[in-house]
Amino acid sequence: MNRIELTRIPFIKNTLKSRYPQLAVFIVMLVGYIFAILAGLIGTPVGSHNFSIVFVWIAWWAILILVAVPFFGRGWCAVCPIPLPGEWLQRGAILAPPDKRPKWLNLRVPKMFRNIWMQNISFLLLALFSSALLTTPNITGIVLAAMLFVAIGLSAIFERRAFCRYLCPVGGFIGLYSQTAPIELRIKDKQVCVKCVGKPCYNGSDAGYGCPWDVFPGGMTKNTYCGLCMECIRTCPHDNIAVNLRPFSADLAKPTARLDEAFKAFIMFGAAMIYAGVLLGPWGTLKDAAYNVGTGAWFMYAVIFLAIIFIVLPGLFTLGIMTTKGRQSLKQRFMSLSTALIPLGLMFWVAFSLSFVLTNASYILAALSDPLALGWNLFGTANAAWQPMLTTILAPAQTLALVVGLVWSARTAQKVNEAGTSTIPVIVYCFVATSIMLWLLL
Amino acid sequence: MKRPELISRILIITGILLAVGAPLFLWARTPLIHARMAEDGGWNPDVIQAETGKPLHLKLTSDDVVHGFAVGQMDMQSVDILPGKVTEITLTFDKPGIYTFFCTRWCGLNHWRMRGTIEVTGGSDIITAGGSSEPASVPLYVSLDLDIDAPHDSPVIPNEKPSAMNGQLLGANLPIDQSLDYYLSHSPYQVFTDLSDTSLTESQKWDAVAYLWQSNTTPESLANGKELYAQNCAACHGENGAGDGVFADDLAEAGEASMQTMEGATDMVMQTPVDFTDPSRILGASPALLQGKILRGGMGTGMPMWGVIFTEEQIWDLIAYIYSFQFEYQK
Repeated sequence: MNRIELTRIPFIKNTLKSRYPQLAVFIVMLVGYIFAILAGLIGTPVGSHNFSIVFVWIAWWAILILVAVPFFGRGWCAVCPIPLPGEWLQRGAILAPPDKRPKWLNLRVPKMFRNIWMQNISFLLLALFSSALLTTPNITGIVLAAMLFVAIGLSAIFERRAFCRYLCPVGGFIGLYSQTAPIELRIKDKQVCVKCVGKPCYNGSDAGYGCPWDVFPGGMTKNTYCGLCMECIRTCPHDNIAVNLRPFSADLAKPTARLDEAFKAFIMFGAAMIYAGVLLGPWGTLKDAAYNVGTGAWFMYAVIFLAIIFIVLPGLFTLGIMTTKGRQSLKQRFMSLSTALIPLGLMFWVAFSLSFVLTNASYILAALSDPLALGWNLFGTANAAWQPMLTTILAPAQTLALVVGLVWSARTAQKVNEAGTSTIPVIVYCFVATSIMLWLLL
Repeated sequence: MKRPELISRILIITGILLAVGAPLFLWARTPLIHARMAEDGGWNPDVIQAETGKPLHLKLTSDDVVHGFAVGQMDMQSVDILPGKVTEITLTFDKPGIYTFFCTRWCGLNHWRMRGTIEVTGGSDIITAGGSSEPASVPLYVSLDLDIDAPHDSPVIPNEKPSAMNGQLLGANLPIDQSLDYYLSHSPYQVFTDLSDTSLTESQKWDAVAYLWQSNTTPESLANGKELYAQNCAACHGENGAGDGVFADDLAEAGEASMQTMEGATDMVMQTPVDFTDPSRILGASPALLQGKILRGGMGTGMPMWGVIFTEEQIWDLIAYIYSFQFEYQK
């Protein structure tokens, strides 16, 4: 395995191990996050000029989906401010090593919720309301505030970061796609963990807290649930934790073996296509239906949305793989072959996001100069005209992303497929979906 | 508690307080006047206080589409208000009174309802004993006791557009009262019937009427009326006066729902905007009657009240222009 251990570089290691750099970023992020809530609630209702809409759904989203997820996996989770207040409440401290007595209920999340179905549902809920959410500052402000308060509430009830791990609508798909990222946090030597007494990386020690993500690093084989919070680097008494640079999509060689994760792949895959159709397509009726939450048309849209994601896409996929024979059960093959949709799904999102990010990026400058829409001009860019950026490279870049995604998925299908079984149905499925996406985008 | 922990906590709390407090403080310090389509609330606030002689600084923003801002009966250039942007304007009022500000952009079907008032106080030397500003003159339609809601169609209409040039050729000694009062208080049809004792043919009588109307207006007045019409009337009544403006279909579709829901208006039937090219409608209306309709509006239609916005002179200019849809004037 060709990996480069980044934590060998003393500067990186020290930066990650110390709490202060991360805390500094956290505080800046938290201030920005709260400001975005306020701007959403008291700023102009005109989405394109409201800081919360522009910074969350254009700037943050662009950084997340075009940079953070593809290159740093759960890098965003490492600096996301949402868990900060809840964790302070839960631990009774910001920095100080924990005393063992729990401050609050500290319950274990019930087993039936220890999967990502809740994340699938929370993402879908936001997705169904997304046309209103993405354009209405008030709703964005309320949703951002709600996430912060729910995270605080769950911290008081459950142990560790229950919100991040089981409920965060964003965390679910970041986890799914973080498997493709060229960054990983892993142990160096398994035997060291086996012999380690007390497993402070999971249980905490004087040096730090037990894994907030409820993961035992010693058993970790995929990025999915590692939040890159670096707590285990601080707690490991054997210096056995490494952050590695690795080939893209290294985790995808290990196929998905859970239905919630398999469906997450379909949810994200389908949602990207539906969004491309609704937000970028020329169909006014569809846009209206998606936007007018609560109306009959919207309910129709919601039913169709869910049907595509839960019936049409998985159904056609199942029909495809049924045409080939294999030793594994159909369910097992469904789950493992769904892994092939992960890179293509990510590239669908990249291609889709390029469209609206480049189209709307010029709003960022205006919002930066007048974040509360009070007529300021802090950086002289308040009146920057709306101007789509890089329009000439948009279509080629999107096409490239989709083609890369298709090839990547085809290779993933071959990797995860059991020997001797044809992957042609999966590749055809991906090809057809890519063609539809290409048609929707171009 | 160790120092780093304490400092961390202080930093976080300061950050949170700053992130919450600073925007709220700055927001509260900068009162904006929000413009929304009338359906969504119009102006907020819609009553503004001011004092005579003191500059009134206003910051206006739109919460939805492009709106405009102007104050009625005031010599000022209207300003545009763009969505999410702030437009600043400074006004100074010489006289106390209640001024009406209004939207100058065709922002939506109920654009005309987007109005607010500026209550200007002060300047005690101008306030009269009654406490109000200068006494308003009684509009002509009131002193003439005209029922501006009654039907007033002309029972006779000309076969072709009456020509003021032809009317002029008939000579100046026509038995028509040349006074301004006569013109203002008579409809073209009434003048036409007043000419019944003459030996003129029907079309000659209409030409004479056209001439009377032309001689009571000026090219400047017509030009000014045309401009006011294009800005304020054409949205409903149509650019060419045919009652087919961009909102006409929407008004018809909205039906009664778009009417003012005042008591007494309920038994009236929603009408589409008047067609000024329809001779029976316009030739049956006197300038005084049209003045009343423009001043007061209503009539059970979506017609707004313009009395607070146009000056008297502007209304006469508009009326002169409205008649020009019926008459052929000298170019």
